[in-house]
Parts: sequence; structure tokens; C-alpha cells
Amino acid sequence: MKSQDFTYAVSRIRMKETKLLSKKDIDRLISQKDYQSTIRLLSELSFGDDTLDKNQILSYEQNKLWALMGELVEDLSVFDVFRLQNDFHNLKVAVKSVYSDVSPYSMMISGGTLSSEKIYDCVRNRNFKDLGDVFCEVAEASLDTILKTGDGQLCDALIDKACLKAIFDLGEKTNEAVIKDYAELFVASSNIKIAVRGSKLNKPLEFFTKSLSFCNTLDTELLAKNAVKGFDEICTYLSQTKYKESVDYIRKSMSSFEKWCDDLLINGLKKQKYEPFTVGPLVAYILAKQNEIKAVRLILIGKQSGLDDTKISERIRELYV
Amino acid sequence: MELGLFLALLGAALATFLAGIGSSIGVGKAGVAAAGVLAEEPNLFSKVLILMLLPATQGIYGLLVAFLILQGVGIIGGGAGEISNLEGLLYLAASLPIAASGLFSAIHQGKCSVAGIHTVAKKPDTMGKALIIPAMVETYAILALLISILAINGIGALGI
Repeated sequence: MKSQDFTYAVSRIRMKETKLLSKKDIDRLISQKDYQSTIRLLSELSFGDDTLDKNQILSYEQNKLWALMGELVEDLSVFDVFRLQNDFHNLKVAVKSVYSDVSPYSMMISGGTLSSEKIYDCVRNRNFKDLGDVFCEVAEASLDTILKTGDGQLCDALIDKACLKAIFDLGEKTNEAVIKDYAELFVASSNIKIAVRGSKLNKPLEFFTKSLSFCNTLDTELLAKNAVKGFDEICTYLSQTKYKESVDYIRKSMSSFEKWCDDLLINGLKKQKYEPFTVGPLVAYILAKQNEIKAVRLILIGKQSGLDDTKISERIRELYV
Repeated sequence: MELGLFLALLGAALATFLAGIGSSIGVGKAGVAAAGVLAEEPNLFSKVLILMLLPATQGIYGLLVAFLILQGVGIIGGGAGEISNLEGLLYLAASLPIAASGLFSAIHQGKCSVAGIHTVAKKPDTMGKALIIPAMVETYAILALLISILAINGIGALGI
């Protein structure tokens, strides 16, 4: 990885951090009486635009985030650990769109390493080599799988595993501790989610060995064996690992476990507030902004479906600012 | 006579360019950070400017010491007299504190200034505190300047 000077970028990010939604703003949003007033308040807080609908607001903010990073950093490959997730999401959309012969673009997101048009065109024309080494094999395998079996879930599992492997490999290659930690936690928490969900659906061992991806903090073979035995065995195994605190949250619900993972990550990143020269504060800002987008999505969905304010509050992640 | 004068001039040159290099690196680093903050909030110009200029002082200290040496050997003010090799070496030695301390303290002060600029960016009210932290690094440049000046003044009194 080419060494870059992040002093200018970090200085701009320090100013941007002051414009992130605060806990007080989030509480105000939750206490709005309906969906429309929440959208209006978001617009007042310079989040999105009140002429846009929920999905447009969220993708507008997501696009704004990646446009800012493109402006600040000469070589965006330092953020590949995040950008690849967008590519793999777009690959899933492209494969399913080719299978069902619909236009994919409304479901695709920006901020990947490849343009959504390129991914869709390569999949549609079976020109997998142009997607590059990371995607070539999995794109072909997932398209063949869905065309032969029509099983969208199996296709997702293949792409998810390739995504986890790519993120783990990036984490291993980088010298940035903050990206390394993120990659490891991302892969480990995804493995736990796959194990818990698969176990609840009584999936066979083959499913787990195919879906779980190697990481340093979990023994995936042991996790797979325990997942076949049942949910309690997964919890017993996890209580012997560094994720023992997660067991209580997993027992409560999957969304509570996801919140625990996001909180763990954002709390680990808070020390980046005091780091002036490295990529760390930019990584922290990307995650903070994504957390903010997640929080707004939760609030808007909650308001649309008339969910109780306390139920929305429980699901909101810790904020970076 | 020639070698003595050369050594004294070398001292003046070292004081100027080493402290100057330090200042330019320090101000350069702080300037990049200041530009980043100003791109988002131009109203903070006066606050970030002060922090940005803090590492510039070492270059001025180096210049001051160089002037004193040039004056001591008579290159400025006329009447350059006999400069023995020992006297030349003493002027060179006298320049070293500000040359070395100026170089390193300005670079580190620049880093401190960057952090201070980030603090002001997030909380403009903390300007006073953000200024004191990089100013602490200045202490060591001032101590070096003091020793260099005392040494240069002392050389004349030795009567070599």
C-alpha cells in the first residue's frame, strides 16, 4: 500500500465530525410524532433533503460520504475493506437481476471499487475475468448456481463467503491496526451470525463448513460442529473465546447481538479522535457515518410502521461523537 | 585566518539553515492542517493562523544567532579582523545549540500545532489551551537560543 499523508484529510474530517448527528439529535428524531415530521427535522439537521423519500435520503448520504472520501484521499484503496462490501452487494443484485431479467440499478449502491454498470454488464455477458481476481470465480459460481438451482439463498451464501475471505485477506495485508481490527471483528461477527441463524434452521454441517470463513479469533471448525449440535452449544463455545460477552446478547436476540458488534467497533474507534496523522480517523468517520445512516434508517422504518419510541431507542447504536 | 573565518561562517550557516529547515517542515505540516480546517470553516482563519505560525520562530532564532556571529567576526558592520582557527571553531560550537534544537523542536512543534488545530476545529472555545500545548515545545528552542547568544557574547570577552 502506497504511503499517504492524511494530515489535510484528518483536518477536514475533524470539522465534519462536528456535523454528525449527536445523541441529542437522535433523541429529537425519535420523539417526532410521525414520519413526515422526522423527515423535516432530518432536513433541518442537514441530513438528506425533505424532497426525497426514505431510501433516497439514505443513499444520498451514502453517496455524499464516498464523494467526500474521494475528494480527501488520493488512493481510495485504503478503504477497500468497506468498498468491497458494496461491490459484493452489487454482485448479489447483478446475479439475481440476470436470473430474473429485471433492471438492477435501483437496488445497487455506490462506493464500491467497481461501477455498478460494469458489475452488471460483466455478469450478464458472462465476462467474469473483467471483474478481477477477487470477484471472477465467485461471480461465475454464483450465477451458475442460481441458474441451475434457482436457490437465491445458496447464491447469497457463496457471495457472502467470498466477501468475508476478501475482507480477511485485506485485514491481513494492511499495516493499519484500525483496519486490521475492523476486518477481524467483521469476519468473526459474521461467522457467529451465520452459525446462530443456521443452527436455528437446523442446517447440516456441510452448510456451515461452506459458509464460515477463516478468522484468527474463532476456530471455525469447532464453531461449525457446535452449530450442528444446537444453539446452546454455540453459546458454550463462544463463552470460551474473546467474544464471551456477546453470549448474553445472542441469547436475547440477533438484532441485540448486531448492536453489540457495532458498539464494540465504534467504542474501539473512539481513540481515533486523538490521532492527527493516520488513516484511523477517516476509517472511524466512515463507520460513524454508516452508523448514523443505520440509526436514521431504523428511526424512519420505526416511524413508518408506528413502532414505539422506546423500541426504536433500544436498537440505536452507540454514536462516535 | 581563512580557516577560522570559514568555521565561523559555517556556524552562522548551520544556525540559519538547520533551524530554517525545522521551521519550514513544522509550518508546512501545520499549514496543511490549517488548510483542511479552513476548507470547511473559513471563520476559523485567525485562530488556526496563530497555531500554524508557532513553529516559525525557530527559523527566526537561527537567523538572530547567525547575525550575531556575522557581527562578531566583523562580516557585518565592517572591520573583519584576524580570526584564529580556535575562535572560528568556538563560533561554530556556539551555533550548534540553536541549529540542532531549532531543527527538531520546530518539527515536533509542528506536529503539536496540527493536533491543536484539530482541537480548535472541533471546539473553537479551547483556543487558549490548544495554544499552550505546542508553546511548551518552544521552551527548548528558547533555552538553546539563550545558550547560543551567551556563548557568542562570551567568545569576544575571551580575548583569543
